[in-house]
Amino acid sequence: MLAVDIRKALGAFSIAAAFEMEGGSTALFGPSGSGKTSLVSMIAGLLKPDSGRIVLDDNVLFDSAKGLNVPPHRRRIGYVFQEGRLFPHMNVRSNLDYGRRMSGLPASEAAFARVVDMLGIAHLLDRRPGALSGGERQRVAIGRALLMQPRLLLLDEPLASLDSRRKAEILPYLVRLRDEARIPMIYVSHNAGEVVQIANRVVRLDDGRVVETLDAREFSRTPRDALA
Amino acid sequence: MFQLTPDEWTAIQLSLRIALVATLVALPFGIAVAWLLARKDFWGKALLDGIVHLPLVLPPVVTGYLLLISFGRRGPVGSFLHDSFGIVFSFRWTGAALACGVMAFPLLVRAIRLSFEAIDRKLEAAAATLGASPLKVFATVTLPLALPGVIAGMVLAFAKALGEFGATITFVSNIPGETQTISAAIYTYANVPGGDAAAGRLVLVAIVLSLAALIVSEWFARRAGMRYHGE
Repeated sequence: MLAVDIRKALGAFSIAAAFEMEGGSTALFGPSGSGKTSLVSMIAGLLKPDSGRIVLDDNVLFDSAKGLNVPPHRRRIGYVFQEGRLFPHMNVRSNLDYGRRMSGLPASEAAFARVVDMLGIAHLLDRRPGALSGGERQRVAIGRALLMQPRLLLLDEPLASLDSRRKAEILPYLVRLRDEARIPMIYVSHNAGEVVQIANRVVRLDDGRVVETLDAREFSRTPRDALA
Repeated sequence: MFQLTPDEWTAIQLSLRIALVATLVALPFGIAVAWLLARKDFWGKALLDGIVHLPLVLPPVVTGYLLLISFGRRGPVGSFLHDSFGIVFSFRWTGAALACGVMAFPLLVRAIRLSFEAIDRKLEAAAATLGASPLKVFATVTLPLALPGVIAGMVLAFAKALGEFGATITFVSNIPGETQTISAAIYTYANVPGGDAAAGRLVLVAIVLSLAALIVSEWFARRAGMRYHGE
């Protein structure tokens, strides 16, 4: 379970958001500039909140009152970035294996094969990121985050940099990920269509504030123009 | 006709050894300082930056003289190193390497710092979320990505060390077989009657070595570039 209650001032813009999630996949939904990326960066530990608390499974990651701030490399939170951020000097196999090596986890051929198979990237293993298409790159980025065996997976608009054909190519993999990986997921998006397909629950953000939290069925019944 | 005398060979070997040792010893310090300047904000950063670049703008004689009064046998650093570790710089080839290292240091730091600054820091953030501690991020992402700049800096430093003259001759003099590098030997031959042929041969050697260094660095940089952006 993840509980977030943080405040952060970013110039003129400010975030003051609180929400909780159990397992399954929760969407952070809101227009661009509503603070979604900053919020997940704070959960990952890449951005430090001004005040508040972040707790994951009885493990306090951040608590301003106690002066506690666990650095990102000790949080074990997988993060799939908008732009993939694969390491350009390593081939796909080394990229996928990076999190496991850095986290000091034992090598597992079976886990590796399962993720590679689920994401359909077996034929790419010896290539470098420079030789991949945008969609392939995102699939590798998802695999890389999964193979570190995260306690929570953050997907920050993983489809945003792709054209609609590539989006349609990746969406089924994300649905499989949700159903097979059994890792709690936070899916950041401003696209209601994607959110409906992927999320169980939706946290709506606007201007740095949580507007409402609803389950996916309620969300899909909400008129789209009311969300825009 | 192009027959090098034993003395000339000695000067060439000495130059190569001094330049190589100067570059290799300066490298870890160069990487550390470049990283500090590229990534950290601290009190006295402008001062550190200035001191590192000083040998580039100071007359080399001044740098050599400063080395002499601090690292010489009776200088504060020199006497400490001699008494505690038995290390002597003055009038030894090691002193020449020290002078060359100091003179080459700004070139080394500049090249490495630029390549650190060119690295997308988002990649380092990604590595951190994957469980890499700051030291591991540096070793597995930052340094490998900066490699072309590190190599370029090393070659520049090596070339500079190979040709260094003013600081070296001021600090450790011009002793054949100990501190007489190619540059110092050319200077000597140019000042003795009938030394033109020897000076000419060493000039040719200096040109060939410098060209070779440039070609090798270009080749490394190209290879590294291919590694990072190619198939």
